[in-house]
Amino acid sequence: MSITSKSAQARPPRRAAGSMKRQQTRTAYLFLGLPLLFFLIVRFLPTLMALRMSLFDWNILKEVQPFVGLENYARLAQDDRFLGALKNTALYTVIGVPAQIALGLAVALMLGRVTVLRGLYRALYFAPYVTPIVAAAWVWQWLFSPQFGPVNTFLTWLHIPPQAFLTSPSQALGTTAALIVWQNLGFQIVLFLAGLAAIPRTFYEAAEIDGATGLQAFRSITLPLLNPTMVFSVVTGTISYLQLFTQVVNLNFTDQGGPLGSTMTVALYIYQLAFGRFQMGYASAVTVVLFVIILLITVIQLKFLTRRYDV
Amino acid sequence: MTSLTDPQPHVPTGPRRMNVGTALIYAGLTVGVIVTLFPFAWMLLTSLKGFQELFNLSFLPQQPTLDNYSQVLTQTKFLVWFGNSLLVAGITTLSVLFFDSLVGYTLAKFDFPGKNLIFLLILSTLMIPTEMLVIPWFVGVSDLQLTRSVPGAYFAIMFPGLISAFGVFLMRQFFESLPTDLLEAARIDGMGEFGIFWRIAMPLVRPALASLGIFTFLGNWNAFLWPLIVIQQPQFRTLPVGTALFNGEAGTQWGLIMAASSLAVIPVLIVFAIFQKQIIDGIVLTGLKG
Repeated sequence: MSITSKSAQARPPRRAAGSMKRQQTRTAYLFLGLPLLFFLIVRFLPTLMALRMSLFDWNILKEVQPFVGLENYARLAQDDRFLGALKNTALYTVIGVPAQIALGLAVALMLGRVTVLRGLYRALYFAPYVTPIVAAAWVWQWLFSPQFGPVNTFLTWLHIPPQAFLTSPSQALGTTAALIVWQNLGFQIVLFLAGLAAIPRTFYEAAEIDGATGLQAFRSITLPLLNPTMVFSVVTGTISYLQLFTQVVNLNFTDQGGPLGSTMTVALYIYQLAFGRFQMGYASAVTVVLFVIILLITVIQLKFLTRRYDV
Repeated sequence: MTSLTDPQPHVPTGPRRMNVGTALIYAGLTVGVIVTLFPFAWMLLTSLKGFQELFNLSFLPQQPTLDNYSQVLTQTKFLVWFGNSLLVAGITTLSVLFFDSLVGYTLAKFDFPGKNLIFLLILSTLMIPTEMLVIPWFVGVSDLQLTRSVPGAYFAIMFPGLISAFGVFLMRQFFESLPTDLLEAARIDGMGEFGIFWRIAMPLVRPALASLGIFTFLGNWNAFLWPLIVIQQPQFRTLPVGTALFNGEAGTQWGLIMAASSLAVIPVLIVFAIFQKQIIDGIVLTGLKG
C-alpha cells in the first residue's frame, strides 16, 4: 500500500523507546488477561486434570477415588469394546477421508469448467454442511430403513434385493460413513475450488503448448500445486473423523454404537464410560490414548504429506 | 470474477470437445445435486404427510397437511429449545467475536515479551480432543452445581466456547495485514489503545468478523456433545439435544420427527442463503491461510 511507505518516513522521532515498549507490554497483557485466564482454566487445567484422573479409579458417584496408577491403561489393552471402537474409528477415517476428498475434488474440477449456474450448484452442494446433524441423521434413518426406505425401493427397481443397511452389523458403518461424507462434501468442494483458483493459468498454457494431455497436466500441475489444500483437508478431516460422535449416536436410537457395536467409535465409548457408567477415570485413560493418537497422526501426516514446490 | 469468492480454476479445455464435454459435466453436476438434495426433499415431503399415508412409499403426499407442524409447535417444547439455542449461540458468537479479535489484534500489533509463546500455547489447544476436556468440565460444573438455575445453566452450556483458538488464529492473520501506520496515526492523535482497536482496527476487518461470526453461530447452533452432557433439565435443552431426545419421549412418531427436523433446518438454510458469500469466504480463507 502506498500510504504505508509515505507515512513511514513521516514517523516522528522515537521518544524514549524503552518506556513506549513498557507501555505496549502493559497494554498487551491488559488486553490478554481475561482470554489467557480462559485458556488456562477451560483448556489447560482440564487437560492436566484428565491426565491425573486417568490414574485414578474415578467415579463421580463415589466418595473416594482410589489411585490405581497405570491400571486403567493396562485394562484398555484387553478391553474388546475399546479395541473394536478403535478399529471402527480407523475404518471411518480410512473410508471417509479419501472418499470426501476424491468426490470433493471431482465436483470442484467439474464446477471449474462450467460458468453458468456455478454459484447455484455450489450452494446446493453446500446445503448439507449447514444442516443440523440430528435432523440429517433422522432423514438418513428413514432413507435407509430396511422396511420402508426409499433407497431400498430404488434398489428394487434395479433388481437388487433390499439391504439391511443401518440394522446390519456389516453395513451400518458404511451407511454412517456415507452420511458424514454427504455432510462434508460441500465444504471440500469450496476448499478445492479455492485451491484450484490459486494455480496460475500460465502453467496449463505451457503444458498445452508442450502437447501434454489433460491427464498429464492434472498429474504434474494440478495435484502438486494443490498440495497445501490437500494437506489441510487430510489433516483436519482425519482429526474430525477420529472424534466422531454426533452422527453415530443419532443414527441409532440406543446410544450403544449400532448393531453389535459395529458403528461404535472411540468418542462414543468415552461418552458411555464417563456418562453412562460414570467410570470417569477409565474414560479419561481412553481420552489420553485418543489425544496421543491424534497428535501422532497429525505430526506424521504433516511430515510426509507436505511438499514444497518452487513456483 | 477473479475474486476469492468466486474461484475460477484454470483447467485447460480443448475447444473442440467443449460442447459435448460441457453437457456431460452439467449432467454429472445435476445428478450429484439431485442425490445431495434428495434427503431434504424427502424430509420436507414426509413432514407434510398425514399419519395414514406416512408409510406408503409415494414421493409426494396425497393430502398435504400441516398437522405435524402444529403438533410439534404446540405439544413439544420445540419453541423453548429453539429460544435456548438462539440465546446460547448468540451470546457465544458475540463473545468469540469480541475476545478473539482483541487477542488476535494484540498478538498481531503489539510487541511484547512472551508474544510468540502465548500464540503457540493458544494454537496448541486446537490439538486437544473435546472428549478429553468434557469429563473435567462435567466434574467442575457438577461440583459448582451450576445447572439448576437460569443463568448458571446457560453459562454451563456456553462457557467452553466463549473464546475460540481457531478464531484467534484467523483474526491475527487479518490484523497482521492492517497497516501499522494507520494505528500509529491514531495513537499520535491521542486516542486510547482500546479506542484504536475498537474504532479504527475493528471496522477494517469486518469481512473477517462476518465469516468468523457465521461459523461460530452455526457451530454452536448445531453443538451436541457438551450440551447433551451438561443439561439435566428439559427446559434448558438446546434444539439439537431437545430434538434428539424427543424421539425417545414421543415414541417413534416419524411425521413429528420430520416436521421438527424441517423446522430445525429451515432457519439455518435461510441464514446460509443470506450469508453464503461470507461463509464461503470463510472456508477459502481458513483453507488457504492455514
